[in-house]
Amino acid sequence: MIEVQNLHFAYSGDNYILEDVSFKVERGELCGVFGPNGAGKSTLFKCIIGFLKPKKGRVYVNGRDITEMPMEEVAKLIAYVPQEHRPPFPYLVKEMVLMGRTPHLGGIFGPKKRDIEKVIEAMEVVGIIHLADKPYTELSGGQRQLVLLARALAQETGVMVLDEPTSALDFRNQLRIWETLKKLTKDGMSVVVSVHDPNHMLWFCDRVVVLHRGRIIANGKPSEVITQEILSTLYGNICKVKDLDGMKVVLPDTTF
Amino acid sequence: MERVDFNYRNKIFTVIFAGILLFFTVIFSISVGVYEIPFFEVFNVIRYHLLGGEVPPEIYNAIVWDIRIPRVLAGMLIGMALATSGATYQGVFRNPLVSPFILGVSSGAAFGAALSIVFPIPYSAQLSAFIFGMVAVFCAYSIAKVRGKTPLVTLLLAGVVLGSLFDALVSIFQYIATEAQLKAIVFWLMGGLYHIDWSHLQILAFSIPLGILLLMAYSWKLNILSLGEEEARSLGINTERLKILLITVATFITSISVSVAGIIGWVGLMIPHAARLIIGPDHRFLIPLSAIMGGIFLILCDTIARTLTTGEIPLGIVTSLLGTPYLIYLLRSRKDQFFGGE
Repeated sequence: MIEVQNLHFAYSGDNYILEDVSFKVERGELCGVFGPNGAGKSTLFKCIIGFLKPKKGRVYVNGRDITEMPMEEVAKLIAYVPQEHRPPFPYLVKEMVLMGRTPHLGGIFGPKKRDIEKVIEAMEVVGIIHLADKPYTELSGGQRQLVLLARALAQETGVMVLDEPTSALDFRNQLRIWETLKKLTKDGMSVVVSVHDPNHMLWFCDRVVVLHRGRIIANGKPSEVITQEILSTLYGNICKVKDLDGMKVVLPDTTF
Repeated sequence: MERVDFNYRNKIFTVIFAGILLFFTVIFSISVGVYEIPFFEVFNVIRYHLLGGEVPPEIYNAIVWDIRIPRVLAGMLIGMALATSGATYQGVFRNPLVSPFILGVSSGAAFGAALSIVFPIPYSAQLSAFIFGMVAVFCAYSIAKVRGKTPLVTLLLAGVVLGSLFDALVSIFQYIATEAQLKAIVFWLMGGLYHIDWSHLQILAFSIPLGILLLMAYSWKLNILSLGEEEARSLGINTERLKILLITVATFITSISVSVAGIIGWVGLMIPHAARLIIGPDHRFLIPLSAIMGGIFLILCDTIARTLTTGEIPLGIVTSLLGTPYLIYLLRSRKDQFFGGE
């Protein structure tokens, strides 16, 4: 369970990038954060994981305030999946996933048997076990994103935050990410994920928080939140919400 | 089910094998030199000092025990220090191109050493070298740091700029120095081990293994740090504290080396890179292997420096002659690695 309360953030002065952001994600809930580029999604995530210090406001995980917590403790509660990228050194996939165990590693050297088991389990859940001995830098963007997801899973936290995990992926891998996230929430994980495709929100999320110019303008069930009105506010009149066999679908406005 | 092997036996074996190689390199280097001494007599001198017994001839004793052994062991430790700190800098700054030389640490440390020669300051050359080595690397880092990121090009340019600033200051010292001071400064600029005796070795033997062990203790965290600051923090690493600790220790062992042997380039760049090709990027194995390979490399370079001619070629020249082709090879064949694919 994660609760964000009255979060304000500015890099300098009164130039707020996030203003009074509050929302709550229950245990086992898959929450999408939706909004155009520059709406403040990444900034919000960085505040949640403690990378940026909010000017005002609190973030609670399971009732504990994490804004004042040391990083070692936060990492046991929240796992973060960044957008895929290429690090400068060719770590193997299994090494990358093992790094997710860092918050739990006591000793200086060697991870313990339990750590290894968790890492293998995480790679199996995400379906990348066959890549374990490959250098991470030589994978495709989609595979790298799956590795980062496995790493977050190995971190064994109750909350997972993902920054646009599907943006670099082909359609099959996108569905694979969503399928995995669904599986995780079923096991009780709270997931916060930013996405650009409104249809993905409608299809997969339990809750949608809509961010516009640093403020939340809607929060609730996807089918209630993804409306013509909201989409027009965010993007202007470029798309239409249609009903297709009882399922809402966002389609481009064909007039252009 | 696919088998995933988390067994590090091969890597451990590689490190041990390199260690054995280092041991034989030391033995080899002690037994060769311009003045030929039978291998048996070399062994005899060592035995005499360790176990006592029959007294070896004075000339052999002087050459082997007073000259060669401290020199070879000092070369080993300095090579270890430069390679280990290179590997550490590369991990911290997330780039296989940085080295103590390129970041300006060496020039800063040489300035510190020169300062202590020209002006009678109340602390040792080692401390002075360390202070200005630290000044150089933290200046380069803060010049390059923009909004939590340190772009490679800016970092390298900052290092080059600071390096030439310190070089210029050293030149001023050369200009105002007395003849004896000038000689001492010029020695630093060339880099060499010909003057090493047991007192130098004491300084090195105490500080460098300590520094390397510290870096090894943090090698897993260095893996995480090398993924980038944001990710490292989300994995529970206090990045600021870790960075400062690692940079300080790496700069410390570099500066100690520079204060004893002058500027020896390329080791810190080349060796970690070669070690990474052999054992992979995991710093838990990369750091020990770099240390061992750095020791081997510097001993061999120094052996060449003192045996190739009857005179003495400055060690820095030998490492540069061997290092330049390697760097050119890297630039041509592994361009993408230098820039991390960004």
